[in-house]
Amino acid sequence: MIVNSILLIALLCVALWAVMTRSLLRSAIALAIVSAVLTMLMFRLHSPLAAVFELSVCAGLIPVVFVSAITLTQPLSTKEVLQHMRERLTRFWYLPFIIVSSGIIFTFIHLSSKMPLPGAEVDKDVRILLWNIRPLDLIGQILILLIGAFGILIIFKEKKENE
Amino acid sequence: MLLSLLILIPLFSVLVLNLPPLLRRAKVSFYCALCFTLAQIALVFFCVFNPQSIVVNPFGSLLELDLSADSISFVVLLSIGITGFITLLVAKYFICEQQNEHNFVSVLFLALAGLNGIVLTSDIFTLYVFLEIAAAASFVLIVINRKKNALEAAFKYIVLSILATTMMLSSIALFLFIAGNTHFASIRAAFNYSSHDFLLILASGLFICGAFIKAGVVPFHGWLPEAYSESPAPVTVFLAGIVTKTLGIYTLIRIVNSVFGFLPAINNLLLFAGAVTITLGALGALAQNDFKRILAYSSISQIGYIVLALGSGTALGLSAALFHFFNHSIFKALLFVNSAATEAQTKTRNVEAMGGLQAKMPATAFTSVIASLSAAGVPPLAGFWSKLMIVIALVASGHPLYALVAVLASVLTLAYLLSLQRRVFFGTLNADCAQVVEARAGLVFAAVLLALITVGAGVFFPFVLNTFILPIEKIFAG
Repeated sequence: MIVNSILLIALLCVALWAVMTRSLLRSAIALAIVSAVLTMLMFRLHSPLAAVFELSVCAGLIPVVFVSAITLTQPLSTKEVLQHMRERLTRFWYLPFIIVSSGIIFTFIHLSSKMPLPGAEVDKDVRILLWNIRPLDLIGQILILLIGAFGILIIFKEKKENE
Repeated sequence: MLLSLLILIPLFSVLVLNLPPLLRRAKVSFYCALCFTLAQIALVFFCVFNPQSIVVNPFGSLLELDLSADSISFVVLLSIGITGFITLLVAKYFICEQQNEHNFVSVLFLALAGLNGIVLTSDIFTLYVFLEIAAAASFVLIVINRKKNALEAAFKYIVLSILATTMMLSSIALFLFIAGNTHFASIRAAFNYSSHDFLLILASGLFICGAFIKAGVVPFHGWLPEAYSESPAPVTVFLAGIVTKTLGIYTLIRIVNSVFGFLPAINNLLLFAGAVTITLGALGALAQNDFKRILAYSSISQIGYIVLALGSGTALGLSAALFHFFNHSIFKALLFVNSAATEAQTKTRNVEAMGGLQAKMPATAFTSVIASLSAAGVPPLAGFWSKLMIVIALVASGHPLYALVAVLASVLTLAYLLSLQRRVFFGTLNADCAQVVEARAGLVFAAVLLALITVGAGVFFPFVLNTFILPIEKIFAG
């Protein structure tokens, strides 16, 4: 319970960093960390398959796509970033209230599913899950990381040359 | 045979080719990739003729890869091998800088691993992972020459691809929710026993929409003409030849045949989307003056034929879709090789600024005419047989109206492709093209090779039918 609570607090802190940081690149990295922490939580809450998918998609694939997209954009100047942050806070002031009140409401609603659903019968050991049950996804992760590395190498080379 | 090596060899090749002793040796990377694509073609033929020798997972308990291969896989793996080989031949002339060539080959290797993974997996989540690998590699390939327009096209491609990804991922989440895991067989079983009809329909609809975006089916085709026309020549050959087709069309074929089944609602959706895509793609091609954009719209139209064939919901329709998939890979790659050759020689893509090039570039003109005739479905070329099969499948399944659309659109295809040939290669020689000479030997070799395959697959149709197409009918899931 204590570990879960620590993970939950860590999750919130990193998520906050993802939203508040000025750099898009750091945001993408923070999102990957959020997913990694969420994966740990899912493993601890006995949802290993969902955890592996979360790890594959949100900590692996999506950040690479984000980073690739960010490298294709023109970075904002410091002045523009500050302006954008001010506007964002004014425009989305209600979001924290919605999130907090949703949390409170869902706490009091009995969320029981009436639908009979088959449970995922998988071993809970992460090593067995990744290496014996879903090794192709693991290979996929390596491939996508290599593509990300080449993407950054190719696109940042242009930026360096321009500078 | 060791089919899992089609994923593992590219991965290890990239790792080894980027180790210090071999680093930046573009020639070594290039010949390694060339050998790999040839080995893939040879492996497919070996598997087709020796089906008893197929060993999907050679590593036993050490590395248990959940892979499977059938007749559908072999057709697509063959297309990937051929298009990869041709892409490398074209890249030799268009990716000049040494380091860039090395990077290009490395990313192409990764893209090939992604495409082969899509074809060999039997798990919908792993399919998604490999779809992302191939798509991400495509973004990088599009911007390899770091041109502004290419960056813009890649950005549009990324945005639409993310939309498709979101749809597919939501669909996979629903399937996991209903079936308990993401294996094709489990989801297929869920369609039979599950009472969650609404969720299944929602999940199927989302996945099909995602596949439509990846394939460039109307109305999700907006990104395709730009991505094709702004990419470097070899990347266009690769994208048009195999990437969009594997990402969108193969995924659609595999999922419909192995997971959803040919349900009436899905068939009707495919028939309608196919007919609209054929017609609007062909009309779009008629309105263009840019060589590559004409071919891009033509690709959209031809993709419509494949979707239409699949929508017939019969074994013959499935075979026709796969055969047209292969034919389109070949003749469209050939047309894009020719467009690259003419662009390199004339320094323009505007067909109005060309004309009479046949006298200067006879081999390019001749192979281009062959590709156009095959695309339009003129006998005895390969395109004729696949279109004939599509029309027969549509009539036999009780859709004569859609068959009529397919035939009429074929006439439209003939019109815009012959108009393209006339404006580029025939008529009086444009004064600006007086100094033009035939394309470089490697490009002519690539074009002639593809033309030979187009003619060969048409002339030796009985052999193709018995070896590749009839086995597909046996795995029709109904």
